[in-house]
Amino acid sequence: MNTTIEETLTSLESRFELKDIKQQRGDLVFVTVKKEQLISLLTHMRDNENFTHFVMLSVVDWIEDGVFQLSYILNNPEKHVDIVFRCMIERENASMESAHHLWKQVATYQRELYEMYGIDFPGSPRVHESFILEGWDDIPPMRREFDTKKYSEDTYFPRPGRESKDPKEHMKNKLYPDADK
Amino acid sequence: MQTSNLINWQPDRSKFPDQLADGSFKVDLSSGKYVKIWHGPNHPGVTGNMSLELTLCGDEVMDAKTHVGYLHRGFEKLFERRKFIQCFPTVIRMCVAEPDYNEYNYAAAIEELSGIKIPEAAKWLRMLALEMSRLQTLLRIVPGQGGTTGLGIGVQWGVYLRDLILDRFEELTGGRIYHMYMLPGGVRGLLPDGFRKRMEENLKEIDDFVQRIDRVQYQNAVFKKRTKGIAVIPPEWVDQYGITGPNARAAGFNRDVRKDYPYLNYDQLDFEVNTDNFSDIYNRSRLRWRDLQQTVDLIRQIMDKIPDKGDFKAKTPNVLHWKIEKGETYIRSESSRGEYGYYVVSDGSEYPRRINLRGPSYIHAVSLLERLLKGANIADIGAIMVSLQSCPPEIER
Repeated sequence: MNTTIEETLTSLESRFELKDIKQQRGDLVFVTVKKEQLISLLTHMRDNENFTHFVMLSVVDWIEDGVFQLSYILNNPEKHVDIVFRCMIERENASMESAHHLWKQVATYQRELYEMYGIDFPGSPRVHESFILEGWDDIPPMRREFDTKKYSEDTYFPRPGRESKDPKEHMKNKLYPDADK
Repeated sequence: MQTSNLINWQPDRSKFPDQLADGSFKVDLSSGKYVKIWHGPNHPGVTGNMSLELTLCGDEVMDAKTHVGYLHRGFEKLFERRKFIQCFPTVIRMCVAEPDYNEYNYAAAIEELSGIKIPEAAKWLRMLALEMSRLQTLLRIVPGQGGTTGLGIGVQWGVYLRDLILDRFEELTGGRIYHMYMLPGGVRGLLPDGFRKRMEENLKEIDDFVQRIDRVQYQNAVFKKRTKGIAVIPPEWVDQYGITGPNARAAGFNRDVRKDYPYLNYDQLDFEVNTDNFSDIYNRSRLRWRDLQQTVDLIRQIMDKIPDKGDFKAKTPNVLHWKIEKGETYIRSESSRGEYGYYVVSDGSEYPRRINLRGPSYIHAVSLLERLLKGANIADIGAIMVSLQSCPPEIER
């Protein structure tokens, strides 16, 4: 493991509870942290560990476990290393403390996550304003239970004169019409 | 001779509200002093499919809000229901202007998660495609900056030269805009016969263009007057906002993914990172002009190193039944706009669990643009947007 990452993790372990440390590359490590400690950890990383570049905030929907995984990717621009902090939150009434006061662009990510996944970030500027979808009245579309096919069938009318065919059956009939005779 | 009063002209600011410390203005819409207008989405001064909701006092912008969603295609949702290889023709459409970085990041993420090493020739060919992609983008954006201030001639030269590079892309990959060249495992083919000669002829024309655009655009008094000292990005904003690429380098930051996190064979190329010490429109554009020269040089260096024979694709499992091991990674590369990253998560099945793009415009065209426009003149908006090189498709994916 990269010495900067090693030193940072050692320093963090004395202050925060770190789990599932996984080294992906020499310069990239994934760490799981507790939801309650995340914001103070991010503040510590920015102010004391020189991880000043906030790369992105992403979310992974683990519907089978009933959790969302929030991934905060932080970068140390001097030492050229990344640490990704994973934080698991409940899918039901998903809510997370906002980090908009740490980096200016975080508010945009949080606004998008509220719209696309329904994760609330109370206090984040304009978090409830629509970002990409205007007038959306269904469940947040990036949640895995959202069925895109059903939505389009319910919302849009099928074009007249079109029929759907089972590809396997269609090709069989087309190529080998006499196979079953 | 008496000094013109225009030189000592102090505008009367008594009718404008004061700018607060955070850059915002206290605006009372019911006072009748302000007007709200939409700048875009159908507007020649907007870079692509987005619009700005502006609050104006006279011709000055008091507040600006970015509106996107005109090009939302739900790609990241589509990926969840497509096999890894089926995502490949879709990822490249995330950014129309510069699709090759999507190809590379996606292919590199799959290779890293499944432990595939690509052949040496593929690395050089990938670098060639990436630098050609940077070149064709810079050929649009460098003269495009002049276009925003009414200087149309450079744009016409740029369109012609970009077309030549698209010809070379067509020759190399079969496609002009979307190339689908960097498949997971390597690339789709070696250099065609005579490619080097034709490329060199094009590069010579671009060398000539570089000198001409310097005289026509960067030494042009009107262009300087319209762009110097406008929309300045102070160095302290770079980390506060997450600014990358030429916008950060013009502010004095020596940051380039190709140098800091050398991917492919970039560590074997001879180049210095271009920086400046004052990030206004002029310097950002001038820095891109220097990047353009550097890209031409890099393409020449790469062409010398590409082997004519040899393996260009590693063996991969049957792509239709390819299960990627459970895991996650973040891959970044240096696009012409800045850090371009892919966060890819696999749950061990044939389908990706999550593919998320980190495009530089997500920051440059939303939080940064909204801040830079406060206090700007409405006539400068087009120039400011082009100087940030925003690309809306990568905001909404």
